[in-house]
Amino acid sequence: MDPLTSADVEYIARLAYIKLSDEETEDMRVQLSNILGHFASLSTVETDGVEATGHTTDSNTVMRKDEPQPPLDQDDVLRNAPDRDGEFVRVRPVLE
Amino acid sequence: MTTQSANSDLYFSTARELRAMFDTREISSVEATRSILERISALEPSLNSFITVTPERAIADAEIADQRLQGSGQKPTSLTGVPIMVKDNFSTKDVETTAASKILKGYIPPYDGTAVRNLKDAGAIILGKGNLDEFAMGSSNENSAFGAVHNPWDTELVPGGSSGGAAAAVAAGECFVSFGSDTGGSIRQPASLCGIVGMKPTYGLVSRFGLLAFGSSLDQIGPLTRSVADCADALNIVSSHDHRDSTSVAAPFTDFAQDIEVGVGGMNIGVPREYLVDGIEPGVKEAFEASLQTLEDLGANIRETTLPLTDHALAVYYIIAPSEASANLSRYDGVKYGLGAVEADTSAQATEAARGEGFGDEVKRRIFLGTYALSAGYYDAYYKKAQQVRTLIRREFTDSFLKFDALVTPTSPGTAFKIGDKTDDPFQMYMNDVCTIPVNIAGLPAISIPGGMSDELPVGLQFIGPQFGDTTVIRAAAAYELATTWHKNHPLI
Repeated sequence: MDPLTSADVEYIARLAYIKLSDEETEDMRVQLSNILGHFASLSTVETDGVEATGHTTDSNTVMRKDEPQPPLDQDDVLRNAPDRDGEFVRVRPVLE
Repeated sequence: MTTQSANSDLYFSTARELRAMFDTREISSVEATRSILERISALEPSLNSFITVTPERAIADAEIADQRLQGSGQKPTSLTGVPIMVKDNFSTKDVETTAASKILKGYIPPYDGTAVRNLKDAGAIILGKGNLDEFAMGSSNENSAFGAVHNPWDTELVPGGSSGGAAAAVAAGECFVSFGSDTGGSIRQPASLCGIVGMKPTYGLVSRFGLLAFGSSLDQIGPLTRSVADCADALNIVSSHDHRDSTSVAAPFTDFAQDIEVGVGGMNIGVPREYLVDGIEPGVKEAFEASLQTLEDLGANIRETTLPLTDHALAVYYIIAPSEASANLSRYDGVKYGLGAVEADTSAQATEAARGEGFGDEVKRRIFLGTYALSAGYYDAYYKKAQQVRTLIRREFTDSFLKFDALVTPTSPGTAFKIGDKTDDPFQMYMNDVCTIPVNIAGLPAISIPGGMSDELPVGLQFIGPQFGDTTVIRAAAAYELATTWHKNHPLI
């Protein structure tokens, strides 16, 4: 596999919503390229027609009855918000 | 190093021994809890196993436990009155839960996770929250926003990770039992490096509700203890079917301690040669070979076997776990809880800044790795391919368990290493988990127990069982423990 470019790392940073400094971007490029290089051998394993395993319990979708359950206390939940306004959480503008 | 204190008999007793002392009124839970809190105060400057200690809560809970032990109210359990620790990625109502991350500093969960709920219902005394690698990502406990944990056998060494605090605390006598989480070896590898027992149960036996998610298809809660019997007892308490975790199994829950006296006579145990990797330390290999002889002397049929896909397990894991992590950790946006960005014009900028500032290097690395593996154009080559190879690895184990009751391997290729020695090369650090990772990929039960010493440092021995073969690995481990004295070695701290 080709090593990553800085542009690749910047693209992933946007997808992941993580701001990196220039120095961090370069470190990340070198380390990810190295790690991905170790994964190349995976392509040698024959997997034609093999099903993917998502998890190991083999259970189907679990449903419960659609009945109301006691909710968490609103104040307990909201006390962790960095920017709270009464019973609201305040956020910065989403649309510019 | 200090000399062993007069109370070391208490500090290093097993939970079963402590419970017996409660029953004979030799000591009360309040007395034991006070004594252990003093030991924590004395040792924490050199170990840093705890992120949070909650002495007032512990004493109050111990007072209630003493009443229960004296016959009022509910029947006592194996952990009633026993001082324990839970890793700081377990949600604890009204007690700060950080996952050792700056992004969660100050976060106070509004609820208890199910494992914590089960422990509280059983009357266990929670002393506080164990240090860990940030979001359980690491093998050395050096990736903690609250500082590294030191190995009680030699404080210049790492305790392993990510449940490093949980392992160091049990090894040093700062608690009797602790609970960690194991995504790729995070209970077993530190148990190995600290010379104690650590178990990852079959995936689905212990509810993950309230466990801060890392790799949801791999994460499993389990106990760290000073004896195999304590491990089985502790698993009896935390395991339960839970409607809040859709992967929690409804299997009939047996007594996990039921077979601890059965022995290994006639048991077929396989030794997969791929686990004796090139990089294995000579002292670990020697100890392992001696352990095989012990098992043979006990009547087990030991035979070499092969699991060729083991060589690909590391790659499969380091694609699947970061992919799941990148999705799970997207919830930390600095809006509902955790670190908020001080300066930002838009919501997106605020999130980018909070995450850039709040996550440590290893967590960022794994989020990037996972985001890349899941991104358009790479999904089939990485994520889908890894999930397909996961199927093949599971099949290989299933076939192997047609021939063997259990498999035995070293837990880790090496003993504890120096703090700072492996931090420059992430891939070298990942190699620490080479013997433990395949178990999580296949959702199997495995236990690590003290299996020898190399240069005065503990070596771990791992038994792997088939899915829901938890009592089998406990049975094999108990037989080995009974025939050896490694579990009686304690650090001089």
